[in-house]
Amino acid sequence: MTCDLWRDKLDAYVDAACSQEELASLEAHFRTCSSCAAEALSRLQMKRMTQAAAARYSPSPEFRLRMGKSIQPKRRPVWGLAWMPAMAAAAVAVALLAVGFTLWARQTAREQALAELVDLHVATLASANPVDVVSTDRHTVKPWFQGKLPFTFNLPELQNSSFKLVGGRVMYFEHSPGAQLLFQIRNHQLSVFILQDRPGAIPHAMGATARELAFNAETWSEGGLRYVVVSDASSADVHDLRDLIRAAK
Amino acid sequence: MPLFARLYNFAHWLTQERASAEDLVQETYMKALRGFSSYQQGTNFRAWMYRILRNTFLTTQAGLKASASVSLDSDDETVEPTVPETPESVLLARVERETIQEALEKLPVKFREIILLCDLEEMSYQEMGETLGIPMGTVMSRLSRARKAMRELLAAKLQGALR
Repeated sequence: MTCDLWRDKLDAYVDAACSQEELASLEAHFRTCSSCAAEALSRLQMKRMTQAAAARYSPSPEFRLRMGKSIQPKRRPVWGLAWMPAMAAAAVAVALLAVGFTLWARQTAREQALAELVDLHVATLASANPVDVVSTDRHTVKPWFQGKLPFTFNLPELQNSSFKLVGGRVMYFEHSPGAQLLFQIRNHQLSVFILQDRPGAIPHAMGATARELAFNAETWSEGGLRYVVVSDASSADVHDLRDLIRAAK
Repeated sequence: MPLFARLYNFAHWLTQERASAEDLVQETYMKALRGFSSYQQGTNFRAWMYRILRNTFLTTQAGLKASASVSLDSDDETVEPTVPETPESVLLARVERETIQEALEKLPVKFREIILLCDLEEMSYQEMGETLGIPMGTVMSRLSRARKAMRELLAAKLQGALR
């Protein structure tokens, strides 16, 4: 298949609309064709940039108030109990809508948070200088963050494991600084994001494990910090790294 | 009010004007409340709301004008592979949020709306088909053409800036 034919599939790839079979063949092609891989990454970045730029307009408080009033049911005198079944049905419908909307909003927030962190992971790997502190020594990497973050964290001893620490950098998520640590297992890179676990922050809404564009992710909260591991490594590897970090002293 | 802020953003992109966007959102909710009995439980509520808003927009004067001015090219025509003159990575590094917003504003409505539904609202192709009332194959070809038009607008903007 020529590159032109592969490129016809890139929109479906960035929109996560490929079948598992198409995804596997596309990713196999990316491994042998840097041009198509770069084009896919560009289109993914373009989609994310459009998403950020298009969230442009918000309703004014006055309009919100006016709308709230205009769709509020008008109060009418109660002549009897004939209205009760209709009102009860309306209340149930409103409650169902509210629950459905809340579930949908949570799901959307979770997907957006994960997508953003996957983007950060991919962008880091695409960079010529993925980390700002390059060291396999946790006693070098951890102190490097001193004065750069409003919190601290522990890194695991990796001597008896298959993982290797590559380094770290400061990243920003939801306007707050956090740490991004890069680990390696075999040929796979894993990003560990450490952020302050603020109530209502988007990562809070993420599930414990997730998949986004075939990346595996795990998240947990501990000591006021939110940890998120993202990688193309297997879910078992992601889980093992999670256990090592949780056990770090 | 479910979807209120998102519907408003979509309406503002369609109408390009605050007062018209407010009227459009208000009419959408009124129609949705009046016609709630026509909503089939178990089907996609979000696509239903966006479809009402879009259909309402298309009946307004601005909507009629916008839909009349779009390209009459077939949606199902073969999409030519795009080979940008400059590497897209260079382009992406230079374009800013405002540049993307300007390009979105310049796109014909039928391209603008499909990019918004896909990239901002993250609708699936099937959801977009339900919202726009078109088959999935048309969704894919229209989206591809819309993104190509967007890339061309951004490339033209960049070339203008470099001169």
